Amino acid sequence: MITAGIDFGAKNVKVVILDDEKIVARGSALTGFDLKIAVKDASEMALKAAGLKLDEITHITETGIGQGSVAFAADSVSEVGANAKAGVKLLPSARTIIDVGAEEARAVKCDESGSMEDFVVNERCAAGAGAFVEAMARALEVELGQMGPMSLKATEAVPMNAQCTVFAESEVVSLIHAQTPKANIARAIHDAIAERVISMVRRLGITEDVLLVGGLAYDVGYVDSMKRGLGVEVHVPELPEYVSAYGAALVAQERAKE
Amino acid sequence: MTKKEFWRWPEYRHTVEGIDPKNGKVISGGVDIGSVSSKTVIMVDGEVFAQSVMRTGSSSPDSAERTMNWALEDTGLTLKDVQYVVGTGYGRVNIPFAQKAITEIACHGRGANFMWGPTVRTVLDMGGQDCKAIRVDEKGKVQNFLMNDKCAAGTGRGMEVFADLLSVPIQEVGDRSFAVKEEPQSVSSTCVVFAKSEAVGLLRSGWSKDEVLAAYCQAMAHRVVDLLNRVGVEKEFVITGGIAKNIGIVKRVEKELRIRALKPDQWRDDPRFDPMLAGAAGAALFAKVLYERSKG
Repeated sequence: MITAGIDFGAKNVKVVILDDEKIVARGSALTGFDLKIAVKDASEMALKAAGLKLDEITHITETGIGQGSVAFAADSVSEVGANAKAGVKLLPSARTIIDVGAEEARAVKCDESGSMEDFVVNERCAAGAGAFVEAMARALEVELGQMGPMSLKATEAVPMNAQCTVFAESEVVSLIHAQTPKANIARAIHDAIAERVISMVRRLGITEDVLLVGGLAYDVGYVDSMKRGLGVEVHVPELPEYVSAYGAALVAQERAKE
Repeated sequence: MTKKEFWRWPEYRHTVEGIDPKNGKVISGGVDIGSVSSKTVIMVDGEVFAQSVMRTGSSSPDSAERTMNWALEDTGLTLKDVQYVVGTGYGRVNIPFAQKAITEIACHGRGANFMWGPTVRTVLDMGGQDCKAIRVDEKGKVQNFLMNDKCAAGTGRGMEVFADLLSVPIQEVGDRSFAVKEEPQSVSSTCVVFAKSEAVGLLRSGWSKDEVLAAYCQAMAHRVVDLLNRVGVEKEFVITGGIAKNIGIVKRVEKELRIRALKPDQWRDDPRFDPMLAGAAGAALFAKVLYERSKG
């Protein structure tokens, strides 16, 4: 059976198409300011890759910030619910799934069936989300994709005092003026956001295995900071930013059978 | 071409006419080194004589020296003539010529009492990188306070970011935020970064700059009113710090609190009452008392 999951992120809209539990295609588009255009672009991309038409999809479930904005989705699921479902499918031993997107961070604790037991969310402060790293990369004048590899080359831990993204931008500029190597600043940035995400996850309790998903999981420097900060192994699946969309598509499979 | 810096607020110095420091018994100084601005007030027998306001540089000692020297310029006084200096603000421990450092909370409480009189009970200090709600008694002594120094929402720096984003000179923000047909819905009041991305979306969807400014001023007011409500607001109420000069914030805070701020405009006619200088004025008053005490 063919189903699809749509994840409305603050930065990108992601679409995953499943045949039973197997991913057959995916698509993504910048969210921009018109969700309808973004979802159209992302789903057309996925449909084209799958060689399918919209009416061939039995059930579509959506998740993320723009729920209810597209007419063709049958229903919706929370991001944490979608993450729990997909996380356990990707790594059956996963019990804590941490998702850091552009403007939100969340963690969910789940059982072996992928049912959610508890969760925490930060959607109020950019300093605990991917937007923080993006703003800092701009201040450092480094491509976002270079932040991770650069951070791994750090030779020294330098402290960041500012919590707020706005204040941290000025701090990064001062660090550059003080001739601090950019690699060390990059690591300070990753350590700072990891610390904030970890303090949020600790409220949930950290049960291994830990799976890290969302766009920021592509950043190897951030993943390294998370490992050091948590003191446990942190697993990252392939294509971490599609995990919520995959989870929504899995939920669609279940609901279509009901 | 250098980019125009819309966040830049005016730096200035001022000498009060009609005061001859040679006839004074005590010349005291207050220096407030904030994260964004550095201020000096020179008092003669507890009355404002000279003052300066400028941008804080990368070094606190340098900023302190520059603002003090600028305040003294053309007054016929030198630093040696200032008998006692109290430092305050986040750079207060790095002022080489200050005899003592006192927290900006105590200084704003005392300064507000001096500028607006003994009826002041609640002081909202909106600084460059922090915001404090302070309860004071009839002497300007601090009873209780709450502060946000972790987050740019509700601070001057947040306003600077918005002025830059919209290319609107920061002094015009207040007036322009009222040039709207009706008050729009507020943007995110919890995070400046999120408010910024919301604002960009609103501009693209056809909002005018004035409407976006209104939405941001409202968000900022909402944020600080939360802080005020937690400390408890009692009349009379005043706003100090640089944002106190932004009518777009003052009016919206008043509206949400349903309390009028005490004389929010007196600084326009009389620079001695510049709300940005409340901390430095409080420090200068403490300096006077400390000098007198040291002389027995």
